[in-house]
Amino acid sequence: MAQQSSNQTTGHVWDDDLKEYTNPLPRWWLWGFYLTIIFSVVYWLMYPAWPLGSSYTKGVPGVNSVKYVATTKDGQQVEKTTHWSTRAQLMADTNAAEGKQKEWFDKVAATSYDDIAKNPDLMQFVNAAGKTLFSDNCAACHQVGGAGHEAGNPQTNQSGFFAPNLADDYWQWGGTYEEISTTITGGRTGFMPAKGLAGSLTDEQITNVANYVLSLSGEPHNADAAKLGDEIFHNPGEGGCITCHGADGKGVPSMGGLNLTDKIWQWVDVSGQADEAGKVGVLHTAITGGFNHVEAMPKWGTRLKPEQIKLLTVYVHDTLGGGQ
Amino acid sequence: MKHDKIERNIGLMLVLILLAISIGGLVEIVPLFFIKDTVEVVKTADGKEMVRPYTPLEQRGRDIYIREGCYLCHSQMVRPFRDEALRYGHYSLAAESKYDHPFQWGSKRTGPDLARVGGKYSNDWHVKHLKDPRKVVEGSVMPNYPWLMDPLDTSDIAARMKALRTVGVPYSSGEEEYQRNVQTFGEEVAKTLRIEDAEANLKEQAQTGNYDGNKADVTEMDAMVAYLQVLGTMVDFKQFDDDYFATFR
Ligand code: HEC
Ligand code: HEC
Ligand code: HEC
Repeated sequence: MAQQSSNQTTGHVWDDDLKEYTNPLPRWWLWGFYLTIIFSVVYWLMYPAWPLGSSYTKGVPGVNSVKYVATTKDGQQVEKTTHWSTRAQLMADTNAAEGKQKEWFDKVAATSYDDIAKNPDLMQFVNAAGKTLFSDNCAACHQVGGAGHEAGNPQTNQSGFFAPNLADDYWQWGGTYEEISTTITGGRTGFMPAKGLAGSLTDEQITNVANYVLSLSGEPHNADAAKLGDEIFHNPGEGGCITCHGADGKGVPSMGGLNLTDKIWQWVDVSGQADEAGKVGVLHTAITGGFNHVEAMPKWGTRLKPEQIKLLTVYVHDTLGGGQ
Repeated sequence: MKHDKIERNIGLMLVLILLAISIGGLVEIVPLFFIKDTVEVVKTADGKEMVRPYTPLEQRGRDIYIREGCYLCHSQMVRPFRDEALRYGHYSLAAESKYDHPFQWGSKRTGPDLARVGGKYSNDWHVKHLKDPRKVVEGSVMPNYPWLMDPLDTSDIAARMKALRTVGVPYSSGEEEYQRNVQTFGEEVAKTLRIEDAEANLKEQAQTGNYDGNKADVTEMDAMVAYLQVLGTMVDFKQFDDDYFATFR
């Protein structure tokens, strides 16, 4: 160190021989310092910088400005140029990124559902973009592959939380493109009154109708009780179950009434019960309590854009599979 | 040699360091209080403020959120970048946290940002998820919060609102302030901001909202889910041009 320039010291001596030099700052350091000052001036010219009372400098007009296309609330496109800001920059980035995807989203929007499904190029886009949309928005409930959490599925149902399987070919709310699109846009919440349509079933009647429900899908049941339950199921003044589950028990999609004749148990864990008494028991509890969820399946019409919903509809119908 | 004096006098050096640093801070922070555009104007077509203070129940949920340290893993600020917009939705506005004391912006994201989680999931999902996240989301590292099913202490809500009122949150005390809130937020919202009715309002919202799936009692879960479900839902972005909030910067 000592060889650098002058031998000037501060004149102060510590511990007999410890002296401090007063060398000037190294050149490179000094220039670095001047450069930061020059940089700051350039920055002031390009970016919002100095406060001025209730406003602030926005950079020199025309230097580093941002151009973007805005969409007004009534759908008009307006071209704008403004000083740099992260929010304006985001508008420009979004324009550019949507420019690339736009072509594809426009195609999705303009093509009928059936034709999208037949077009391998479009389906490749649906699969890729749909996967991201589905994991960000739907997978928390329906799981990544759409398997959902069902009462009758011991693998996925440890929580008592329910969301239907979207990968099978059973549709509670209808499996056509239009019905799936309606489901996603507006959300769905099934409602089933407690103790039958009239709300007046006795414990014994409920046991009977539970046995009838079991008979519909060939589960073990008591035939005498089921015969009495048949009457209750179909009588609008008693169970009134036909209103939503249909005279044949296959379900009325517009009411969200489930198909009770297949062995798919979505809300009530019938298949998890070892014996007849257990199966009747869980059904008894369900029919006594009814189903009264709050916004079970949220509405996405306000969160997602129409073309995103259309894409998801195809993704659910064709990629996950089982659409009708 | 002037710096001689400073270097040999530690007291003086301390004062001067403090001075230098505060100038840096003050120049950055103070102007924001005077610049008009810092907090965006967010009003409905008929001139009512869209962003309102939390209802008593939501406010209690927020307090529990802070008590449980949810902010250690969750931020509440969607930044103005494209990948954030794609995942979470519209970037957060300054206006959206103007009644937050303290705000929950943060930057630690072990879990996802929650600024726009309101309305994304059902109440039922939140309840199950908070009790045991792994039961609904495989492999989640979020802790269990089963004790949120405990009853909520509602007795001190008026005091909590009074405290927030002293730092500028417009909870109303008395008729005059109530009328001012009717002007600003409309009658429906203004009613929920009355300190006089705080406890009654809290219980009513918990019961009608039925957030925890049990109408009979008011639990901490009711408060927490009510809070989560309102996050990021106050501003209706469809009522504005899509670059409206860019014009404030
Ligand atoms: C909060 C959890 C939750 C989220 C998130 C969610 N769903 Fe659902 N979804 C449900 C529940 C619960 C049902 C059943 C509703 C009922 O019958 O009461 C359902 C039903 C459906 C159905 C009808 C199934 C049938 O058999 O008819 C479709 C289709 C569907 N969801 C698609 C989606 C898509 C696409 C997304 C993402 C944009 C999504 N869901 C996000 C919970 C959720
Ligand atoms: C107002 C319409 C309505 C009526 C009336 C009704 N249900 Fe339901 N039921 C539903 C809906 C909707 C669901 C699915 C719950 C959901 O999606 O939230 C359901 C589900 C069920 C389930 C569960 C099936 C499964 O897969 O887990 C059973 C069992 C059932 N109903 C039996 C009955 C019986 C028996 C009656 C008559 C006493 C009845 N329901 C009357 C609408 C109704
Ligand atoms: C140890 C870190 C950690 C803590 C503490 C934590 N979380 Fe989480 N949280 C996560 C992770 C990781 C996820 C993503 C996986 C999941 O959904 O469980 C998550 C997901 C969530 C989600 C779903 C977000 C979405 O958009 O899918 C909500 C809501 C949530 N947490 C709320 C809370 C609340 C409320 C608290 C405090 C009571 C809390 N978290 C505490 C790590 C944490």
